[in-house]
Amino acid sequence: MPVGTQGTIKGLTTSQLEEIGCQIILGNTYHLALRPTSELIDQLGGLHKFMNWPRALLTDSGGFQMVSLLHLADITEKGVTFQSPVDGKPMLLTPEESIQIQNRIGADIIMALDDVVKTTITGPRIEEAMYRTLRWIDRCIAAHKRPNEQNLFGIVQGGLDPVLRDICVKGLVDRNLPGYAIGGLAGGEDKDSFWRVVAQCTAALPEDKPRYVMGVGYPLDIVVCSALGADMYDCVYPTRTARFGTALIPEGVLKLKHQAMADDTRPVDPSCECMVCKNYTRAYIHCLVTKDAMGSQLLSYHNLYYMMKLSRDLHSSIIQGRFPDSPKAMFLNGSATRWRLLESIFLPAVLHSRHPKIGL
Amino acid sequence: MKFAVSAWSKNGRARVGSLQLGSYPHLSIEIETPALLLTTRKGLPVFISPDLLPSLPSPDSHLLQFSPLHFMEGLSTKTISNIGGLHQMLGLQEYGLAAVPRDSIVCLPEHESSNKMGASFETPSGRRLIKPVEYMEMISSMKPNLYSTLADEVPAWVSEKRNKASVDRTVRWLDDCIKLSTTGGAVFGSIVGGSSVEERQRCAQEVARRNVSGYWIGGFGFGESMDERSAILNVVMDNLPEEKPRQICGLGLPEEVLQGVAAGIDLFDSTYIYHLTLGGFALTFPLDRIKSSSDSQPSDKGSDNTKINLKATVYRKDTSPVVDCCNCYTCLNHSKAYINHLLNVHEMLAQILLEMYVYALIHNTHHYLAFFSSIREAIRDGKFEQFRQKFIDSRRDHLFVTS
Repeated sequence: MPVGTQGTIKGLTTSQLEEIGCQIILGNTYHLALRPTSELIDQLGGLHKFMNWPRALLTDSGGFQMVSLLHLADITEKGVTFQSPVDGKPMLLTPEESIQIQNRIGADIIMALDDVVKTTITGPRIEEAMYRTLRWIDRCIAAHKRPNEQNLFGIVQGGLDPVLRDICVKGLVDRNLPGYAIGGLAGGEDKDSFWRVVAQCTAALPEDKPRYVMGVGYPLDIVVCSALGADMYDCVYPTRTARFGTALIPEGVLKLKHQAMADDTRPVDPSCECMVCKNYTRAYIHCLVTKDAMGSQLLSYHNLYYMMKLSRDLHSSIIQGRFPDSPKAMFLNGSATRWRLLESIFLPAVLHSRHPKIGL
Repeated sequence: MKFAVSAWSKNGRARVGSLQLGSYPHLSIEIETPALLLTTRKGLPVFISPDLLPSLPSPDSHLLQFSPLHFMEGLSTKTISNIGGLHQMLGLQEYGLAAVPRDSIVCLPEHESSNKMGASFETPSGRRLIKPVEYMEMISSMKPNLYSTLADEVPAWVSEKRNKASVDRTVRWLDDCIKLSTTGGAVFGSIVGGSSVEERQRCAQEVARRNVSGYWIGGFGFGESMDERSAILNVVMDNLPEEKPRQICGLGLPEEVLQGVAAGIDLFDSTYIYHLTLGGFALTFPLDRIKSSSDSQPSDKGSDNTKINLKATVYRKDTSPVVDCCNCYTCLNHSKAYINHLLNVHEMLAQILLEMYVYALIHNTHHYLAFFSSIREAIRDGKFEQFRQKFIDSRRDHLFVTS
């Protein structure tokens, strides 16, 4: 899911997103509630209509931005208290309010408000956050006014502690929600701990409900998490890295700012079928990146195309029963290092997970 | 390149013509004049990514103007040559490319540093002195369909001596450029002379004597008054053969375009709509002005009868398109409320500005191309002067009403 913070993916039009094959995009509740406000979006017929996006949309709870963007966020049992960016006054976002705002925005999938803590924190705060997330999910469910149109996802918290994660997963599964997210990751923890949490959660979540790993979006993470049984991801990485002049390619990344690109007449990724790779040389993109808007427009297009292609490839390789082999072929296509790296983190994670579906 | 005039306005100099380009292997386009050349940044129309270009009217939108100086940061002429020229590098094989040394946005002539060796420009990579040999090296590697020669453009306020020197240099550089030319692109001889009627005449006569395919008239928008302009334009036109196309730089506003057309100019650049878009404006003036009665009421919506300010609060809840009957990509897909949101959000975050301009620019380009189409129709119908007068009057009416 590409992230469209403000009801737009930076540098791309909605028809380009359809062309690339995006099925669902993410809107940030926090930003949309500030501008143009959820009331206005509601009045104008919901976010789909407002941004003219005929496919699926997901909105987050708004809690994460408050914690990550604002210094003075304080979380209590009532909700998240934060300083208003408009007038500096303290404001409170409760689970009820988050759902109400998301009901007004009208995305197909809405997220419960959770108590977010840094994964690198240890101690009782993790436990408190997990239990609070469970208490808040009931308040979210009770406040949800459009359960037949919008799917409320619960978020598994519990830091890196397998016991806490287990309690949280069980608690959420008992509520029989339309889908589940694995939260509190991608916050600076080491990869090995990260895979373990994902593996544990996916093993315990029901098979017939989608699983969304929040904040995860590096190509490698997506391949590994998919192997562990996750279904959905979001990340600003493809578009953000594009703005800094970096292209995603099967071998890893290509820094178009590098002087070596100045006379390189090859496409960004010779194996890519996207509009950018079919038309432009590395040399031309080199002369655009970080100086002209068009540079990030073109690289964002390529990077999202790359991520969509990666997802489609994962999808079809699972259907065709070639899954563990296909990433190998994919990453070997230029350099073996990527695959070796993948193998070294992927195999232990899978082995330790004792996942019933991954027979190794 | 081929050019032919097909109609003249009644008792006037305004004319309709057709410009055929076909030098590039796959290229064969025919553009009707007076025409608008789309302003580009490093060869691509600003903000409109290449996959959106086909949504603009064809073939009207197929003539692009670029500045070779844009490529000085980052790309060597050798690399561009290796790629096979600009058409190839930009993936725009079906488009006509016209090179002009300067643009009117980031590469501007800097007359104080120009000398007898070459012309100086302020560019994003600093001040650069460009000699004819360097300029022609760029042209040879980029292979545009047409290019104007290096000019020493000066503002209206320079001394007579400096102005005279600029004419001498521009004519000398024209000879240098012709001598150094290695590509098949059509040469447009540059004409300068500031606001001096005598120097303009001298320059036009000198350039008209050379073997060129068309003319590029520079030195406008440099402090001369709109009234001075007509006299200068007329003296230049009087000295140029009718059968060759004339391109101008520095006339962008609708009234200025109409002034240029009235004098006999065929090709204009679209810097105006670029600046308009950056300000958050969208063109809305009716295009069938000549037929409709002049009952257009001045509106209260941040409008001056020709454009609206999309940032205005009044559009916050406006779910209608920018122009109701417009069939551009933007108007078919998005509401004023959405574009208003994008403009406001980015202003708030002070981010690098991107997609909100895409929509406004597509509409404005579409609208201005349609304006040129109306101009051509008016000339063909023998009603250009009425068309022009009506347009100017409607803007003036608005000024009276609001003041």
